[in-house]
Amino acid sequence: MAVLILADHDNENLNDQTAKSVTAAKAMGGDIHILCAGDGCNGVAQQAAKLDGVSKVLCASDPAYGHDLAEPLADLIVKLSGDYEHLVAGATTTGKNVMPRVAALLDSNMISDISAVESADTFERPIYAGNAMATVQSGDAKKVITVRGASFDATGDGGSAAVEEIDGAGNPGLSEWVEDKVVESERPELTSAKIVVSGGRGVGSKENFELIEKVADKLGAAIGASRAAVDSGYAPNDYQVGQTGKVVAPDLYVAVGISGAIQHLAGMKDSKVIVAINKDEEAPIFQVADYGLVADLFDAVPKLTDQV
Amino acid sequence: MKVLVPVKRVIDYNVKVRVKSDSTGVDLANVKMSMNPFDEIAVEQAIRLKEAGQVEEIVAVSIGVEKNQETLRTALAMGADRAILVKAVDNVENDVEPLAVAKILKAIVDEEKPELVLLGKQAIDNDANATGQMLSAMLGWSQATFASKLDIADGAATVTREVDGGLQVIKVQMPAIVTVDLRLNEPRYASLPNIMKAKKKPMETKTPEDYGVDASPRLTVVKVSEPPERKAGVLVGSVEELVEKLKTEAGVI
Ligand SMILES: Cc1cc2nc3c(=O)[nH]c(=O)nc-3n(C[C@H](O)[C@H](O)[C@H](O)COP(=O)(O)OP(=O)(O)OC[C@H]3O[C@@H](n4cnc5c(N)ncnc54)[C@H](O)[C@@H]3O)c2cc1C
Ligand SMILES: Nc1ncnc2c1ncn2[C@@H]1O[C@H](COP(=O)(O)O)[C@@H](O)[C@H]1O
Repeated sequence: MAVLILADHDNENLNDQTAKSVTAAKAMGGDIHILCAGDGCNGVAQQAAKLDGVSKVLCASDPAYGHDLAEPLADLIVKLSGDYEHLVAGATTTGKNVMPRVAALLDSNMISDISAVESADTFERPIYAGNAMATVQSGDAKKVITVRGASFDATGDGGSAAVEEIDGAGNPGLSEWVEDKVVESERPELTSAKIVVSGGRGVGSKENFELIEKVADKLGAAIGASRAAVDSGYAPNDYQVGQTGKVVAPDLYVAVGISGAIQHLAGMKDSKVIVAINKDEEAPIFQVADYGLVADLFDAVPKLTDQV
Repeated sequence: MKVLVPVKRVIDYNVKVRVKSDSTGVDLANVKMSMNPFDEIAVEQAIRLKEAGQVEEIVAVSIGVEKNQETLRTALAMGADRAILVKAVDNVENDVEPLAVAKILKAIVDEEKPELVLLGKQAIDNDANATGQMLSAMLGWSQATFASKLDIADGAATVTREVDGGLQVIKVQMPAIVTVDLRLNEPRYASLPNIMKAKKKPMETKTPEDYGVDASPRLTVVKVSEPPERKAGVLVGSVEELVEKLKTEAGVI
């Protein structure tokens, strides 16, 4: 039996998340194939072919797959599913959108956001915002899985898999793409950055968020935010770190003006080193911080920017 | 148009979750339970559509134990018109899996024929983020997940979705499944008079068997354990000390 991984990409670059899913797939057993579905995604298929441990890349280049719409993508995966025991994607918004649809079409339960693979049918996954870890065993013939990127290292290059062009599976035409509102940024991507600086409600305004940007740029860091900061319009939605946002595990996470609610901790508590800057010494963030600085962020953050 | 809103009863998001010492699950005895926060947003959205004259009837559904009727009463007090309770388990510790929930909801949709189902994007207990997508697949409907904006006109819904790279706008044909994200709206509180009125609103009680659905689990929970514990480190006295420690002790900058 074999594993099929849905590649995460933007038609030009393969997202790091795919290499992390490959690491998880290695522990499931069997051949590892990658499906690149997109529009003009042949270059991405070549990148996927280089990943260590991958034996075949299926490339379905078709306008129907250009914008990650769930219905056509799920139909394609189901059409290919016959040869596979594991159908896997990263726990990105694309994976979360598509894979449960695949699971239902195959009459399998969904195994979301796994943090470890115990065996071919047994997986660990966080529940209750990571306050508990559940080990679950699946009785389904086909296991449909999303992989938590922060819990697996990326597989390196070194492979030379064959790339096979395949046909699409049609488009049911239920949805159409209208527009992407994407802010292009030179900064590292939040989920794969080595350093993340996040701002919370304490930052106080969109203008003040520049303080976070400055120190992040000095450190070569990605920027994150708490839900409160996003809800208040200080930062865009794709910055949100937490239970219902992104999960990150960088070498260094700096939380500025963030209290440390469990929903936020769920997205960053596996970081190697955590720094908290908060003026309230009782803030729960200090209970998980390796280095805590009780200070006014408007004083501390500019100093930090100067000194690093 | 009729809207169906599935609402889950979950441990309140403010409660500190404790893993049981026998590793079978988390302690749900005598803890505060509430409506899943995302489902409050879904109910609120349905009410706003009704207030805007786009929706005639809002039907709330909850699947779980007898006590899920409390959650349904909350939905009714907020403004839903009637409720369906599906008693699928006797013990609150037996979570009904997304696949089974979706199958039951599919049967209810076949009966009720709504044009829109509004679900939460994720239940904050099992963190599955799956039910809406599954229901959509079973019905062969369109799906728009993680919605932060929803406009319905001319038999289609235009939905702004919160995605990893920012926002994506898509247009989906009705009937549709929409799962809601945090920024869609701010749910209202039920007023006391509405809580009283909700007591008189109709609530049916059903079982999975009524819908011909086998709700038994596909996943066996082998064990539930504590996450690795993180210890508090040290407080530093100044930015200088912090930078020094990050450079020499932690070696991360
Ligand atoms: C369903 C649901 C999902 C959620 N998902 C998420 C999620 O994914 N991610 C997330 O982050 N949250 C999430 N939350 C919200 C979470 O519960 C908290 O409300 C949120 O994390 C609080 O953000 P905050 O720490 O920025 O704000 P607050 O809790 O208001 O904290 C602000 C902090 O800033 C400090 N401060 C203020 N001024 C200064 C200053 N001048 N200098 C230094 N410090 C200062 C204060 O002492 C305080 O500790 C979710 C909640 C729900 C119900
Ligand atoms: N037992 C349930 N009863 C009613 N609705 C549910 C139930 N389980 C899940 N849902 C709905 O599906 C959404 C996503 O849940 P999940 O897929 O479990 O994360 C929730 O926000 C609810 O709208």
